Amino acid sequence: MLRPSRQHAGYWAFLLHRLSGLALAVFLPAHFLVLGLALERQAALDQFLHWTELAPVKLAETLLVCLLTLHLAGGLRLLALEFLPWTERHKALITAAFGVSLFGGLLFLLNTA
Amino acid sequence: MAEDSSPDDAVQPELQVDVWRGGAQGQYQRFTVPRSANQTVLDVVTWIQRHRDASLAYRFACRVGMCGSCAMTVNGRPKWTCRTHVRTVTRDRYLQIGPLRNLPVLRDLATDMAPFFDKWQAAQGRFSGSHSRRDPLAVIPPQSHERQAADAAIECINCAVCYAACDVVQWQPDYVGPAALNRAWAGCNDVREADRGRILRAVASDGGCYSCHSQQGCAQHCPVGLNPTRSIAALKRAALASLSSHG
Ligand code: SF4
Ligand code: SF4
Ligand code: FES
Repeated sequence: MLRPSRQHAGYWAFLLHRLSGLALAVFLPAHFLVLGLALERQAALDQFLHWTELAPVKLAETLLVCLLTLHLAGGLRLLALEFLPWTERHKALITAAFGVSLFGGLLFLLNTA
Repeated sequence: MAEDSSPDDAVQPELQVDVWRGGAQGQYQRFTVPRSANQTVLDVVTWIQRHRDASLAYRFACRVGMCGSCAMTVNGRPKWTCRTHVRTVTRDRYLQIGPLRNLPVLRDLATDMAPFFDKWQAAQGRFSGSHSRRDPLAVIPPQSHERQAADAAIECINCAVCYAACDVVQWQPDYVGPAALNRAWAGCNDVREADRGRILRAVASDGGCYSCHSQQGCAQHCPVGLNPTRSIAALKRAALASLSSHG
């Protein structure tokens, strides 16, 4: 459980920004591996692409898109906080960042369904 | 109904209070403390010291939220105890009171504040003027833009609540922390300050404003409603601007 002094929106935003960043960093090598397949082993790539049609894999991909949009929106929020004129509407901005992330994921799901 | 109970103050007969005893390697000791109307956390600590154990070490002075000496960790959060009513921090008649986080514990509830104030100095949180006592007083009109901008970061009572709430202070020992940086920004906003570059160079170095993650734990807990994150964001911009203008 989070210690009481950390239970506020800013800390949650920080935590999810870090965790999404870490998850994306872990994912990147796998991404490059598949790109490598495209160059070298056509058959293996086709097999892999076939695998990505499976529903659980689609869901995992959606999660990945959410993580990516979350990290992007969270990063933009931080840049705005530090470089634009100050606003007290932090919770609204944090909520917007989560909204963008969910919207990105839904858009991806709809496009692939 | 008990005579001293007020409608907004559901007075229960007793509080169970765990109080930190000893230095860094101490443990919590349980006390049972009578509940009273409008009781503050500092009242609870004082009652224990007067009626149960005179050797309990803690700090306070003004009891009205001016001096900043009474901060402790109350049920996991840093608080100014003289202005924290018991009813606002517990619903189940239990309090856990410990020393402030991120500072060396001297004994019981008293921490060594020296590192906190050393970091104010490291962040150049002091004034350097260009006038002598023979010059006329500087006149800064209250309505001027400069004077209004200075309002954002003054009125700090040096309580170290923000310092105890900040995770970066815990993770990075040389980070000067929210209060020192907030003070540095107050200095930058002072039109009488003769050497702004000194402050900006200090806050832009290691352990300065660029270590802040903008989580705003400091602003969440500052008892006088200051927002050190806002001051730190302003320092980041000012330090960057002075860097790019000086090459
Ligand atoms: S905003 Fe910066 S100074 Fe304030 S608690 Fe977070 S890291 Fe510490
Ligand atoms: S900025 Fe607020 S919390 Fe921090 S030392 Fe000053 S008054 Fe206390
Ligand atoms: S005793 Fe002075 S601020 Fe609490």
